[in-house]
Amino acid sequence: MLSKVAERVYWTARYLERVENTARLIRVYDNLMFDLPRSVNFGWYNLITINSAQKEFADRFKVQDERNVVKFLLADDTTSSSILSSLSAIRENVRTTRDVVPEDTWELTNELNLYVTENIQLGVNRKGRHEFLDGVIKGCQQILGLLYGTMPHDPAWDFLRLGRNLERADMTTRILDAGVAAVLQVVEEDAAVNSRQIIWGAVLRSLGATQSYRQTTRSAVTGDGVVYYLLEDLSFPRTIAHCLDAIIDSAERLPRSKEIVAILKENQSTIFDDVDYEELGEPLRDYLNDLQTELASIHTHIAATWFPELH
Amino acid sequence: MAINWKDYSSGEFYDEVMSSAGNARRPAQKLVTQLKSFSEEDIADRKQAADSTIKEMGVSFTVYTEEGNIDRAWPFDIIPRPIAAKQWDIAEAGLKQRLTALNLFINDLYHEQKIIKDGIIPEFVLKQSKNYRKECEGFKPAFGVWAHICGTDLVRADDGEFYVLEDNLRVPSGVSYMLENRAITKRVLPELFEKVDIARVDEYPARLFDTLASLSPRRLKKPVIVVLTPGIFNSAYFEHAFLAQQMGVELVEGSDLVVQDDSVFMKTISGLEQVDVIYRRIDDLFLDPEVFNKESVLGVPGLMRAWRKGNVALANAPGAGVADDKVIYAFVPQVIKYYLDEDPLIPNVETFLCYEDKQREYVLANLDKLVVKPANESGGYGMLVGPHSTKKDRETFAELIKANPRNYIAQPTLKLSTAPTIVGKNELEPRHLDLRPFILQAKDTYVTKGGLTRVAMKKGSLVVNSSQGGGSKDTWIVES
Repeated sequence: MLSKVAERVYWTARYLERVENTARLIRVYDNLMFDLPRSVNFGWYNLITINSAQKEFADRFKVQDERNVVKFLLADDTTSSSILSSLSAIRENVRTTRDVVPEDTWELTNELNLYVTENIQLGVNRKGRHEFLDGVIKGCQQILGLLYGTMPHDPAWDFLRLGRNLERADMTTRILDAGVAAVLQVVEEDAAVNSRQIIWGAVLRSLGATQSYRQTTRSAVTGDGVVYYLLEDLSFPRTIAHCLDAIIDSAERLPRSKEIVAILKENQSTIFDDVDYEELGEPLRDYLNDLQTELASIHTHIAATWFPELH
Repeated sequence: MAINWKDYSSGEFYDEVMSSAGNARRPAQKLVTQLKSFSEEDIADRKQAADSTIKEMGVSFTVYTEEGNIDRAWPFDIIPRPIAAKQWDIAEAGLKQRLTALNLFINDLYHEQKIIKDGIIPEFVLKQSKNYRKECEGFKPAFGVWAHICGTDLVRADDGEFYVLEDNLRVPSGVSYMLENRAITKRVLPELFEKVDIARVDEYPARLFDTLASLSPRRLKKPVIVVLTPGIFNSAYFEHAFLAQQMGVELVEGSDLVVQDDSVFMKTISGLEQVDVIYRRIDDLFLDPEVFNKESVLGVPGLMRAWRKGNVALANAPGAGVADDKVIYAFVPQVIKYYLDEDPLIPNVETFLCYEDKQREYVLANLDKLVVKPANESGGYGMLVGPHSTKKDRETFAELIKANPRNYIAQPTLKLSTAPTIVGKNELEPRHLDLRPFILQAKDTYVTKGGLTRVAMKKGSLVVNSSQGGGSKDTWIVES
């Protein structure tokens, strides 16, 4: 398999995962709007902070309100973090790797792209937002389903899996971060406990993890329970532990992987050492930040091992 | 109300579908009966279905504009163009004959040049040929074949016969659109495929693969074949990706390849892997900066060395474009006669050579009636269409011809055939069209069943190139 194709397939998967998770992220906040008591002063701008997009946002918008944040994350085609530009990156990458992905990937990608460009306004307005985000998530799932159902488990598959799991892990840290940020905004008052529970419940729901959390932990939704589950549970496919495991598994199947696998395994053994489940405020945000840096360095190793060198 | 077939008239032109108002030609009868049964709404629905299918399938081509390159949806008319199988058999035989002769000719030019020594083609024509590559002299490609993939443009004149308009032997494109046109038509007019016996076209990628595989210098069970593209900004990138995917081979750019020890390798995740056959979609002059254009970053340094050593096969072979020259085109009937001792089965269009004094005089005196073409351009660029030209255009061309007579040929303005095409809001109007069949040659020769029909979408226009606003139709070879 060509190095360049490997790189493009990897990015296809990353962007696809990013689109789906950005939609999920907005959905968490959208749901919270309905569920939280009105006394909780709730900030959409958190979504910009956790995407580390403050500067880009400030270049475009003065007011940090819901409409602008959603517009930025969905429809801004001049930044790389929006759903619209991630989708066009997917399209460009699939267009240049049609020889290694299943034939229908191209058609489904085009369909999703058309759906989003034609309905983006629905997503920006609160009224049609739920339906729109649902459509986006389903479109992504459809492509994933196609890949799962018809793609041979060859190197291209492993690069898709590498990209998907790395981006997924990264997005899980961001969704957790969104949760912590929201919790920190809840003022200590009578409704606080209830509000916190609503927030952690929304975090689980956004990852489709409510049911499995219940089945695995058999306990109530609490902050430390949710954080532990999303970081360390091995069986649920969107947790950090699971994603890391999948990354190592794929890396091992690829050629020339000895060195990178050794580094990954070393990481895996120490990665949760610094979590403090007693302190879910700022210390957790710091930890999640470090985790993101760690994930970024995994990308660097992947690129150095398999992708073409920059000219 | 349904589409009005009664008032449809192509006037003086031969129409592919209707012989006279309301009467369908034999291979088109079932098609027209079915179309007539459609209401206006049916037609509109199917047109709409075709448009969205094209968008979903992402069938596009890239157009260069001042604002940058734009990816355009493929312009497509839902009414197919049927051709009788019996007539096609003759055209097919004629194309095989033509390509066999042309390949013998190219091979001769790079070796003994017998045809020139025997005085059939003047020496200076070759000396001044832009696409003759001295670097290729003496090379012996597999089966003696240089042009493995050819797209020959055919037109049907008002006598109802096919004529060859030109041969494209460099990097002809359009075959993917032929295949996609069929896929779209199957989705949009499914009932017709039950009723009409239409020849399959989808075996092309497999045939292309076999042709390429047979060129492999290494006798391997699974030779490594790649499609070499200039990249996503090329107008035919869609096709490059499509063919690579259909054949199950790698789509590469120059930067993915490297030459070591006079062999070509591609950069893979496991390291370097040797490449046996390159279906190149890059023009000769960009193939190898060591030999040709030094500035080019599209190609691969050392590629020509590897090819000359016989360590990699290139399709088409460099230098094959020498027969693409429109002056050479004028000689093809003699070429066929010379190498095969046969008369051509498909005639050329009458052609005037501007380097010959008498013919040039005639051309200059009749510019308003003729089409003038430069010998080595493609895509309909740099042409003069006499009857549609201004006085100033004609003056400019007269100067061009006088300055470089070897570079120009002229042909009578063709009465290209027409076919009913849906325009505007379900109006049916005749539009001119041509046909590009694709011919593969290695050990054997293969011709597509039909080819790509291109349609001039503007009323009265004879320009069918997609880069200049042309559209297309599905082409049916029909048993009738």
